[in-house]
Amino acid sequence: MKTVKHKILVLSGKGGVGKSTFSAHLAHGLAEDENTQVALLDIDICGPSIPKIMGLEGEQVHQSGSGWSPVYVEDNLGVMSVGFLLSSPDDAVIWRGPKKNGMIKQFLRDVDWGEVDYLIVDTPPGTSDEHLSVVQYLTAARIDGAVLITTPQEVSLQDVRKEINFCYKVKLPIIGVVENMSGFICPNCKKESQIFPPTTGGAAAMCQDMNVPLLGRVPLDPHIGGHSCPQHMAGLPRAGQAASALWLSSCFPGIQEFCNLHQSKEENLMSS
Amino acid sequence: SMFITEPGNLAGVQHIILVLSGKGGVGKSTISAELALALRHTGKKVGILDVDLCGPSIPRMLRAQGKAVHQCDSGWVPVFVDQEQSISLMSVGFLLQKPDDALVWRGPKKNALIKQFVSDVAWGQLDYLVVDTPPGTSDEHMATVEALRPYRPLGALVVTTPQAVSVGDVRRELTFCRKTGLQVMGVVENMSGFTCPHCAECTSVFSRGGGEELARHAGVPFLGSVPLDPELARSLEEGRDFMREFPKSPAFPVLTSIAQKILDATPTQPS
Repeated sequence: MKTVKHKILVLSGKGGVGKSTFSAHLAHGLAEDENTQVALLDIDICGPSIPKIMGLEGEQVHQSGSGWSPVYVEDNLGVMSVGFLLSSPDDAVIWRGPKKNGMIKQFLRDVDWGEVDYLIVDTPPGTSDEHLSVVQYLTAARIDGAVLITTPQEVSLQDVRKEINFCYKVKLPIIGVVENMSGFICPNCKKESQIFPPTTGGAAAMCQDMNVPLLGRVPLDPHIGGHSCPQHMAGLPRAGQAASALWLSSCFPGIQEFCNLHQSKEENLMSS
Repeated sequence: SMFITEPGNLAGVQHIILVLSGKGGVGKSTISAELALALRHTGKKVGILDVDLCGPSIPRMLRAQGKAVHQCDSGWVPVFVDQEQSISLMSVGFLLQKPDDALVWRGPKKNALIKQFVSDVAWGQLDYLVVDTPPGTSDEHMATVEALRPYRPLGALVVTTPQAVSVGDVRRELTFCRKTGLQVMGVVENMSGFTCPHCAECTSVFSRGGGEELARHAGVPFLGSVPLDPELARSLEEGRDFMREFPKSPAFPVLTSIAQKILDATPTQPS
């Protein structure tokens, strides 16, 4: 962890809101700059989605003298997931807390990330053992902050409020909230519909209530929802990408800014 | 103190169904709530046990949020969500002081609560008890299955969405069922396409076909595809009875059919 400059947790109180999808796109977005070293860690031990989203299913991890080697999607983008350790896609990881914590500890300690500018940690939903463990292990090594993902629905927002309070409880800085699945543009007639109506004001209202930044809103897009790999998304014609990819990447500068601000604060503290 | 399980509390429950999913956010709680409403529509008495300790969604879906739970001699009294008292509910959501409180517990404490929920709720006479679970294959699931085992559940409904990421997690969930001896009643594919209200074009927002393929591959019944339906989403937000109020909405026919399949698969003798 010493060689990792910035650590970002991607959290959500609620499952299925697009944490892993967002993490994968964020990783690719940051790695667009060849000089930025990016790492993506998938600690969703029961439902590791990252290998599939990144087009890395079936990849194996190798051990070397310096630890486990991540699987490199690009020269500057390495991925580690428990998904790589399952021999078959049907394998269930039915572990209780202590064993899961042991695995997470191993991931955080024994993966040979090398020099990394950004480590993005994709987490399982909720406020469970995995979260407590990762925050505990990483707090010692300084987490820059957490990005929280939600959909417009109250059923998601009510869980994300809990997640925000979890962050306060464990003193984890909040970078901001991303509202995913925010509206749908029909590919046929181009008219907008709300598939998940924001009956209680969506993320905007919640962010105002809880005084956390809204980083951006991402519409529903079959290209993303159907899980085209981010790298394939980049190859889609502009018209096909349209709103969604642009909305996604509009969230990224805010995240980078937060990390750099965090870093300069730390440096000021150290030099004072 | 030594806790002797009250055999009475689940003795009046005829059939227990678990609703599972490997993946979060696919609609387990939605399907649990709608299945309960649909079964009630056919005249059954239904209870819902919401074992999702970190994200208890059910109370809001049935306009029961903020209700207080009381105790009686045999344990906790479940909350009735309707005037006719045909749907009762127990959820950890009722126990939270403030709805925004996070329940940040480690395994043993969660398992103890689940055990209590399973054995200490005075359900009375029920035709069906629908058990809504959190996503995954973790402590809570094992605790739930173990606590329910003596009462021989009818089986599990596994919910997925069509895309490969979700189906992958569900394959693991099916493995979990096999390993824990839980019979799979069938797979439900949720969020199966969206019909644009403006031009009627149907878009597969979350890809297509995964659930049906998975069921075939795993040799379990495929119970149906529930389309994305903003009226359903809105009903859940507002705690409305979708099955009663929106019979013309796209999701209604398949939800009715899924409930019917459950009724058809229920043996006439209690399980």
